[in-house]
Amino acid sequence: MAVAPRTPPKKRDWSWRSQAFRGLVYQILAVAVIGGAVWFLAHNTVENMRVRGIKSGFDFLFQPAGFDIGEPLFGYDSNNPYWKAFLVGVGNTLRVAIIGIILTTILGTLIGVGRFSRNGLVRGLCYAYVELFRNIPVLLQLLMWYLLFTELLPDISEAKQVGSVFLSKGGLTYPAPVWVSGHAWMFAGLIAALVAVWFYRRWAHRQFEATGKQPGTFWGSLAMVLLLTLGGWFIGGSPTEMRVPVKGEFAVEGGASFTPEFLAVLFGLTLYTAAFVAEVVRSGIASVPRGQSEAAQAIGLSRGQEMQKVLLPQALRVIIPPMTNQYLNLTKNSSLAVAIGYPDVVSISNTALNQTGRAVECIAIIMLVYLTTSLSTSFFMNWYNAKSAIKER
Amino acid sequence: MKLSRTQFGLSAVIAALGLSAFPAHAGKTLDAIKARGQVVCGVNTGLAGFSQADSSGNWSGLDVDVCKAIAAATLGDANKIKWVPLNAQQRFAALQSGEIDILSRNTTFSLTRDASLGLHVTGVTYYDGQGFMVTTKSKIRDAKQLKGQTVCVQSGTTTEKNLTDFSKANNLGIKPVVFEKVEAATGAYFSGRCVAYTTDASGLASVRNKEAKNPDEHVILPQLISKEPLGPMVRRGDDEWFAITKWVIHGLLEAEEYGVTQANVDQMKSSTDPVVQRLLGTTEDTGKLLGLDKEWMARAIKAVGNYGEIFEKNVGPKSALKLPRGANNLWNKGGLMYAYPVR
Repeated sequence: MAVAPRTPPKKRDWSWRSQAFRGLVYQILAVAVIGGAVWFLAHNTVENMRVRGIKSGFDFLFQPAGFDIGEPLFGYDSNNPYWKAFLVGVGNTLRVAIIGIILTTILGTLIGVGRFSRNGLVRGLCYAYVELFRNIPVLLQLLMWYLLFTELLPDISEAKQVGSVFLSKGGLTYPAPVWVSGHAWMFAGLIAALVAVWFYRRWAHRQFEATGKQPGTFWGSLAMVLLLTLGGWFIGGSPTEMRVPVKGEFAVEGGASFTPEFLAVLFGLTLYTAAFVAEVVRSGIASVPRGQSEAAQAIGLSRGQEMQKVLLPQALRVIIPPMTNQYLNLTKNSSLAVAIGYPDVVSISNTALNQTGRAVECIAIIMLVYLTTSLSTSFFMNWYNAKSAIKER
Repeated sequence: MKLSRTQFGLSAVIAALGLSAFPAHAGKTLDAIKARGQVVCGVNTGLAGFSQADSSGNWSGLDVDVCKAIAAATLGDANKIKWVPLNAQQRFAALQSGEIDILSRNTTFSLTRDASLGLHVTGVTYYDGQGFMVTTKSKIRDAKQLKGQTVCVQSGTTTEKNLTDFSKANNLGIKPVVFEKVEAATGAYFSGRCVAYTTDASGLASVRNKEAKNPDEHVILPQLISKEPLGPMVRRGDDEWFAITKWVIHGLLEAEEYGVTQANVDQMKSSTDPVVQRLLGTTEDTGKLLGLDKEWMARAIKAVGNYGEIFEKNVGPKSALKLPRGANNLWNKGGLMYAYPVR
């Protein structure tokens, strides 16, 4: 029979003099006040709506939406229920946010690094870019790009043609492959190639650590990606059918297209956020002690290697947390797209709100969508931050 | 999240719904109006002929005149109005939350709006239908030629659904480009982003004559693809106020039918026609039944004229919009406007 270890009895002091007790009371009070406030607001809203005969609830999500959406990412028809319309909106928001985040990271990093260039012209241009773009409100920038696209480009009936690509006020129309099941094989091949490349590079890294010789991995990786992707395409029956746009009587017909709305949102958000990202990158690089740079030069690294192998990895630790903010800002700013007619989740929600009159529900959905995407981005970046932080043992 | 003005307004209204501890009591709208000495009227932010503010802040238009008539009937002064310009998304929430007393903002009556928003439709002040406007040089002369084309449209209206129904019924695959503000939608159309712009035919006329650089460069296609009965809405739960709104509209129609105008309303008080006598309160006191005084309709007509005059002044053939009277003529002149007897 096990004998319970003798521990000194924990002294609980249930008096007001005990700091732990006071802390507990304050916390319970705080939670009660917040909970009470939330309950009061929610209860009043529901009660007021009931008294005023306003129908409420999320049941409308399963009724047919009955309106079309200009650029659905996937098959959507006006007979589909509201939830699917919302999904199209979320898809459009994510599309512009994800592409925007990728482009803004590349552009922002280039400009941020450019601020350290030895070439005065490059330095000056990067400086001018940052100051210009971060000091103009983003809504104005979106409107400006939209105006540029819709005023300056040729009319839809007089679209500019380069090969099978058309550019007009209707947007950028380009040939796109007709989706068949064979393409799934191609994507499977691509994914397999990426996995293979990962293993290959890991092997190369081990090799480097063991022998001190760095095997070049670029051409090998490229060959793997090309071969496996093409192989998948062949297995899938090498589908080649394309939707090629042609000039119709009134406009360009067929093909796939980037609308001016999408392009304006993407340009506006990317160029605006890149200015901030550039500053984040600059601050990160500037935070690396100068000795690191001198040491890199002393052991004979080239300027590129110095940046890639010494400065950026150390700068990353400073860069990632504020970078998360910029990504979140870009995602949230995409809600301004409604001003220029891009069918993002806010735009779809506005329409749904008006068709159904469920204002509280639709606003709640928008908030939920942004909260979810922002928290997901945040979690991912926190994970990445923890991964790249200095491991102190 | 950056909030646009609309979203901010909506949030404020929702917050108001949440915070107001007790709903307004039935039948108290008129009392509240009398106590504050103002009717709070929700109108369009800017639609020529229906509601538009000039540079010194004076509102004019058909929807505006309806509010003025109601203010004259209830408070005795057509200028005792607080105007609240609203866009399509804000309008119902503003009325639901009690921010405005009446929504007179080219709003289409439909079952969903009447039965699920906690609001009542009152009386039709303009029979409209949705149409399309295209540029003259586009060579499109029939709405069915819009196959696969882009059409600019404002969100938050019945317009979007009508467009989809029309596109579907005729298998056209029209691509809508949806804007939050009417100015953005028309701006995109005029810049050539869309082949066509769609809204109610009256709105098309308003946009063409007031906003186009050269109105002759734009054609309004002859087809109307929907029925759009427009008129004021009020909150549910105040039958007295609902009745006042409804009967002022019928009174304006009755006045036109019996020849009572802004100019002759004082002379008509000595008319021997019993209908006119009842309307102007010289014999029976119809106002008392509505909680008003006997002169209620006489003041309304004196302030803005009868329905025909309101139409002529704001949207009729002599106005900038040059809209034909059409379905909005009186029932005995081939139109749909039919006043219930004011007795």
